Amino acid sequence: MKLDSKIPSGHIEQKWDNYRFNAKLVNPANRKKFDVIIVGTGLAGASAAASLGEAGYNVIVFTLHDTPRRAHSIAAQGGINAAKNYKYDGDSVYRLFYDTLKGGDYRAREANVYRLAQISTQIIDHCVAIGVPFAREYGGLLDTRSFGGAQLQRTFYARGQTGQQLLLGAYSQMMRQVANGTVKVFPRREMMDLIVKNGKARGIIVRNLITGEIEAYSAHAVILATGGYSNVFYLSTNAATCNVSAAWKCYKKGAGFANPCFTQIHPTCIPRSGDHQSKLTLMSESLRNDGRVWVPKIKGDTRHPNDIPEEERDYYLERMYPSFGNLVPRDIASRAAKRMVDAGYGVGPTKEAVYLDFRDAIKKQGREKIKEKYGNLFDMYYRITDEDAYSVPMRIYPAPHYTMGGLWVDYELMSTIPGLFVLGEANFSDHGANRLGASALMQGLADGYFIISATLPNYLANTKFEEIHLEDDEFKYSINEVKEKIKKILSIKGNKTPTEFHKELGKIMWEYCGMARNEEGLKKALRMVPSLKEEFMENLKIVGDDKFNQVLEKALRVYDFIEFAELLLKDALHRKESCGGHFREEYQTPDGEAKRDDENFAYVAVWEYKGDNKEPELHKEKLEFEYLKPTTRSYK
Amino acid sequence: MENRKFNITLRVWKQKDNDSKGYFETYKVEGVIPDMSFLEMLDVLNEKLIKEEKEPIYFESDCREGICGCCGFVVNGDVHGPDEHSTVCQLHMRRFKDGDVITIEPFRAKAFPLIRDLVIDRSALDKIIAAGGYISVNVGSAPDANTIPVEKNIAEKAMDYATCIGCGACVAACPNSAAMLFTGAKIAHLASLPQGHPERTIRVLNMIKVMDSLGFGNCTNEYECEAVCPKEIKVSAIAKMNREFLRANFISEYDPQLPPVFHKSSVDVPEDE
Repeated sequence: MKLDSKIPSGHIEQKWDNYRFNAKLVNPANRKKFDVIIVGTGLAGASAAASLGEAGYNVIVFTLHDTPRRAHSIAAQGGINAAKNYKYDGDSVYRLFYDTLKGGDYRAREANVYRLAQISTQIIDHCVAIGVPFAREYGGLLDTRSFGGAQLQRTFYARGQTGQQLLLGAYSQMMRQVANGTVKVFPRREMMDLIVKNGKARGIIVRNLITGEIEAYSAHAVILATGGYSNVFYLSTNAATCNVSAAWKCYKKGAGFANPCFTQIHPTCIPRSGDHQSKLTLMSESLRNDGRVWVPKIKGDTRHPNDIPEEERDYYLERMYPSFGNLVPRDIASRAAKRMVDAGYGVGPTKEAVYLDFRDAIKKQGREKIKEKYGNLFDMYYRITDEDAYSVPMRIYPAPHYTMGGLWVDYELMSTIPGLFVLGEANFSDHGANRLGASALMQGLADGYFIISATLPNYLANTKFEEIHLEDDEFKYSINEVKEKIKKILSIKGNKTPTEFHKELGKIMWEYCGMARNEEGLKKALRMVPSLKEEFMENLKIVGDDKFNQVLEKALRVYDFIEFAELLLKDALHRKESCGGHFREEYQTPDGEAKRDDENFAYVAVWEYKGDNKEPELHKEKLEFEYLKPTTRSYK
Repeated sequence: MENRKFNITLRVWKQKDNDSKGYFETYKVEGVIPDMSFLEMLDVLNEKLIKEEKEPIYFESDCREGICGCCGFVVNGDVHGPDEHSTVCQLHMRRFKDGDVITIEPFRAKAFPLIRDLVIDRSALDKIIAAGGYISVNVGSAPDANTIPVEKNIAEKAMDYATCIGCGACVAACPNSAAMLFTGAKIAHLASLPQGHPERTIRVLNMIKVMDSLGFGNCTNEYECEAVCPKEIKVSAIAKMNREFLRANFISEYDPQLPPVFHKSSVDVPEDE
């Protein structure tokens, strides 16, 4: 496996322009001759379908949902960053670039991050033009607010439903192309395999979730936009069907998997209430604009929070990080919460929570103003906990939320398999070891609307394509393999349901590879996961047939998660440093902050599949920092 | 947080596919915890059924926080359950008590064929959007975002309409299975904003034409849609759609480019502005 990041020459400000000038184009009349498969219809997939459809390519889109509008981007709450500097508070493309690279603990590629910051402003322009109803000020112009890791207000938002509005915008643009005949949507199809022929990605195998049929589709290029893998922890803020399967199949077909151990634990989620819990619900980071995080100063204090006087409260984020206060980045806030809980200051019935308090904000701004900004979040909190956050502080605790790791891509967003492009959360590209709040929406739309529409033509125009037919051996072999696997899984007559396996996996991963990791625990988990995999193939309990079968769907996804978990653990074990979301207890400063090791680990770890029972091979893409010299990340 | 556990009886609609005959199956659920969500209660029951090698209850859900629009069925006759303006995934068992008999049925509408048990096909809603629920602007051609000021109140109003999650509850609650709240919300969202004005005539004509062709009924002022909408979208969306439609018909008479469409009836719903 050769890793060529293909970073264009020139000054960082000119790289993207240089790339576009040097890229080959496809004549408008020829575009419809190219078939492009897109898997996934979240922000990245839907916006890619829209932009490529507008250009005139023949786009075929797949989603496992009943309609493309359900993708989990829809649940993003807080906002989208852009270096517009409308507030004139010192923002610039360079500052967004700096904040994002620093926020990622210097584990991302400079050129990619700079391009993301550059494109951020165009995203806002486009989204406003297509009718996204962003929040506005009384003068009619756009409003912004703050997010973690930034000392200015660059986050555009639509109440607490920014992801929904941006996704519905991208969806509407994709549906416009459906009407124009350039895009065709195949809903309720789950990707089962990638077809590689003559070294190029040329198609996919999907399972029709209604009929159970295994279907094959060919194309000139395949774009994967299938999101992240936080559900490897079982409980996360991800939706129930979010999975790693499509990315995992591509890995097994030769796509390098980069930095799988970079997972983000979001500091503000509603704590779990019992074993029946199926998911964790996020409370947007935007709440930290006005909410103050605290715990009682007395360990195990059982008083009602409103009865605890001011001087007996520890606003620990404000105390430990006076410059950024409650708006420190997610990894920092999560670890601080864990430290407080571990030290015995946790609150609520499980003692696994801290308070997020709006008392002072309501006093200052009034209940109505807070309701206008966060009303839907307070409603959601009430429905789940039966508590009114206007009068009692919210209880929050960290939960798995986002995965910075993903399939390795070069500057063109192409994986190590020619013709396989990876967009959005599914790739590893821009967030390093920790993503800043409101940057996922930015990246998904940058990749889909603006980058792939410039890089895909360069691949198509430079490549000689051999003929391809659905009767080719590659398709036949793969279809047969998928069918055999389903048959095998359906034939296991064991005792444990797919959900039980998933819960067990999640427990191992959260315990040994969650917010804090150490060598001993990782090694232990590396013994437990393979035996879980073995047990799965012998002791799975499954019902139903190979047609419409939600239990089978779940079983197939859980199996891939188990296989993938092993790679995640290996990556976490090999990275003997702490950076961003990857916190190794052995490598910390005296005051408990992450201790990075730039000398030995300033690289992207890319894993190559070598066979089912063989060790994956580690490749390293060295990270060069020409413009921003890595410094110790401080928010104090 | 309550710790009391209780027992309930479920009557669940089971149906193999759209052509088969459906029936109610009864299940006893023991040890229900008040803090469980309704869907988590079904998860627990399904786990038990799988263990007993029985067929689970098929239903759809994804985000489980009320925004993806995936879930939805009828609980004791209430679309999305007894909580007001909520999706069924946000319903919690603390709403029920020991000994309750709870009946669960799918959303029923001609335009939503049944797939299995509580799983239905709502792809008709995508077809309505594809008929014009967008603003035609290509990537790269937009002017600076702040060149188009929008009055704050109008932007808020547009947002009220734009929050539709496409769950289909409005259709399921309507005695006529009308999709007018869904369609009206999208038309009202886009027609409120200056960016949506260039296409407002053709948009409303095409979207209504496709809506009518898909087997949805018409509005007879029952207001059931507004009552169940998880996002509290008001019937003023329908009024706005009707006004847009009327306006479009006057204009389209003079514009041979536009299809001459005449709606079955123009419904009188007062606007709340």
